[in-house]
Amino acid sequence: MQVEYISAFNVVLGVLGRFWPVWIALAIVMGASFAYKKKLALYGQLFDSGVGIVGVGICLFWLFTAIFASTISPFDPLAQVPIMKDALPGGIEPVSKLIYYFGGDKLARDVFSRMVYGSQIVLIIAPAATGFALMVGITLGLPAGYYGGRIDTVLSFLANLVLAFPVILLFYLLVTPGIMDTPIPYAMAGLFFLFPIIFFSVLFWTRYKNRPDRLYILLGLTLVIGGWVYAGLVFDKDPLKIIHIDPNQLNIFVAVVFASSPGVFRIVRGLVMDIKTRDYVAAAQTRGESPWYIMLWEILPNARGPLIVDACLRIGYTTILLGTLGYFGLGLAPESPDWGTAIKDASRLLRSFIHPALPPTIALMSFVLGLNLLADSLREQSMKD
Amino acid sequence: MLSFVIRRLGTMALTMLCLTMIVFFLINLDPNLKKLAISQTEMHTSAEQLENWLAGHGYRQNFFVRYGQWLGVVPKQPVTDPATGKPAQRFTFCNDPVVPTFSGVLEGDFGCSTKFKTTVASKLFPALSATGLLMLCVLMVMVPISLLVGILAGMREGSRTDRTLSVASIASTATPEYVSGVIFTVIFASWLGWLNGSAASASQGITFYNFTLPVMTLAIYGIGYIARMTRASMVEVMTQQYIRTARLKGLSFGSVVVKHALRNALIAPFTVIMLQFPWLLTGVVIVEVMFRYQGFGYTLVEAAGNNDIDLLLGCSLVSVFIVLITQLISDVGYAFLNPRIRVQ
Repeated sequence: MQVEYISAFNVVLGVLGRFWPVWIALAIVMGASFAYKKKLALYGQLFDSGVGIVGVGICLFWLFTAIFASTISPFDPLAQVPIMKDALPGGIEPVSKLIYYFGGDKLARDVFSRMVYGSQIVLIIAPAATGFALMVGITLGLPAGYYGGRIDTVLSFLANLVLAFPVILLFYLLVTPGIMDTPIPYAMAGLFFLFPIIFFSVLFWTRYKNRPDRLYILLGLTLVIGGWVYAGLVFDKDPLKIIHIDPNQLNIFVAVVFASSPGVFRIVRGLVMDIKTRDYVAAAQTRGESPWYIMLWEILPNARGPLIVDACLRIGYTTILLGTLGYFGLGLAPESPDWGTAIKDASRLLRSFIHPALPPTIALMSFVLGLNLLADSLREQSMKD
Repeated sequence: MLSFVIRRLGTMALTMLCLTMIVFFLINLDPNLKKLAISQTEMHTSAEQLENWLAGHGYRQNFFVRYGQWLGVVPKQPVTDPATGKPAQRFTFCNDPVVPTFSGVLEGDFGCSTKFKTTVASKLFPALSATGLLMLCVLMVMVPISLLVGILAGMREGSRTDRTLSVASIASTATPEYVSGVIFTVIFASWLGWLNGSAASASQGITFYNFTLPVMTLAIYGIGYIARMTRASMVEVMTQQYIRTARLKGLSFGSVVVKHALRNALIAPFTVIMLQFPWLLTGVVIVEVMFRYQGFGYTLVEAAGNNDIDLLLGCSLVSVFIVLITQLISDVGYAFLNPRIRVQ
């Protein structure tokens, strides 16, 4: 049986058509952002420059693609249709009459659907890992920069220790099937996931110490939600069975957080050392505020600009790291549709077929580019003030 | 200055000690040792035989004793041959001693590669020189291009050249090696056929045909980053008073840029280029695997994939050393280049 093909023009039209939920969502969000630009502070200012609009657009595009992945993709990312093996772009699947827009890979799976589903993996792990890295870096960087002295020496030494590891070596040591048999990844997860709970508890405690009515509600919420997520992620014992993470994904997650938190630590430490010489910090000290109140409610809000920019860049960097992991076949399942694994599979066969290689590479590149453009325009806007 | 360097070297030694111990610990985790034993013995061996192999080759000694042996502060013991009961070589293929000797990294013995059946030194150093060659080519391409792009962009801030070049640099920093490698291979090897998609033949002799793609792929990621840093530094210099003075006394724009601005604008990129080495190390691993170039990165992946303990330790030692030494050079060099900075 021969596979029939549609023309290149129809492929382009078809792909654009498949993304219809994304276009609608994009139009709504971008339109609303334009209309209320003046009221949206820093986010609204992004829409003043072309670079900012493009950056926001690309990031939102991939965000919505991840959300609507099941509607957009015509096939299951793992489904194999033997006749479509190595099919060129635009091949028509004979049974369902649906189209393999970007062709089939060597295992006869739809490249387009895999690319769309791959965005889900990247858009869940990368921002979440960056979030945890930020929590760890901030919670440790604040005291290191504020107190200086021995705490700073010890923490900086540890951070430099991790930074002196080439990332790839770190991954080869930390993300192996063998290590999952040892308690190391779980111990590390247990340590890292503790930081957000500590952070928010201290945050609310320092602020509402003298207002028990608020304090107990916020502290209680933090501990209940934090403890629930903690139980689900570290021990896989979520009583409601909602939060669950595969052991190998936990392994990746921990390795990525471990690799990127020292960078955040260094930035936060540097910012704190700069900001703590300002007058408003001296004023707070004279008022007799506690050190942690000053760190969390005086210094941290004033360090938010560079931190937001860094977070954007860091999500991009984490995406690249995830791709590297996939490229070396570390951690993620071999059939996982994430972009790094797809690039690895396709790059081995570049001599015979190039079409399975291009969609994941371009997807990864455009997403990181969007984040970098966003960070660049955020930096420019925050420098204007 | 001297005391600063000595103190930094001390910290460096301590860092390397800690890091190698961590690496040693992680490589010698029980599942990894089991994997090694399985790959080194015949198929279908029982758990007991695996255990015998590990114990017989000295893998079951105390952790600190073994780390000391690797380091060279504890004498290496020969193994006992179960058949004769006499001391024997641990691995026959690398002439291990039959009498207890101090023979570790400090004495220049990097150990024995179980995967390649040879000493680590004879595997690692040729690979390092191959990678050194690649790095040299990359730096020769990357540094001039990125400095030029950065200077052109930063010369007139906000101009059309600046915006175009800035977006191009951002795009290049958003392109990791495994992405650019694939795209370049598709364009230059598959479509145009100008270049070779594999650098396997480069170990015999480097030609433009087989070496351009790896060099290009490695350089492109660094170019964007260094160019952006150069641009930022250039923009800052161009707003200084002495530049305005030079313009006002009637010098042409070109000579102001070349004679007055460049000198000060190039201090910051020096640090950036030096600190780029650790990242290049990761890039080297990706590119060497992608283009099958037999260098350091390829060796590292082979060592890690086959759980080759001594070889992987050697690789980590080298890479950690490179990272730390470039940090030191960048700090010292910065103080030399910029007289306003004094190291305390």
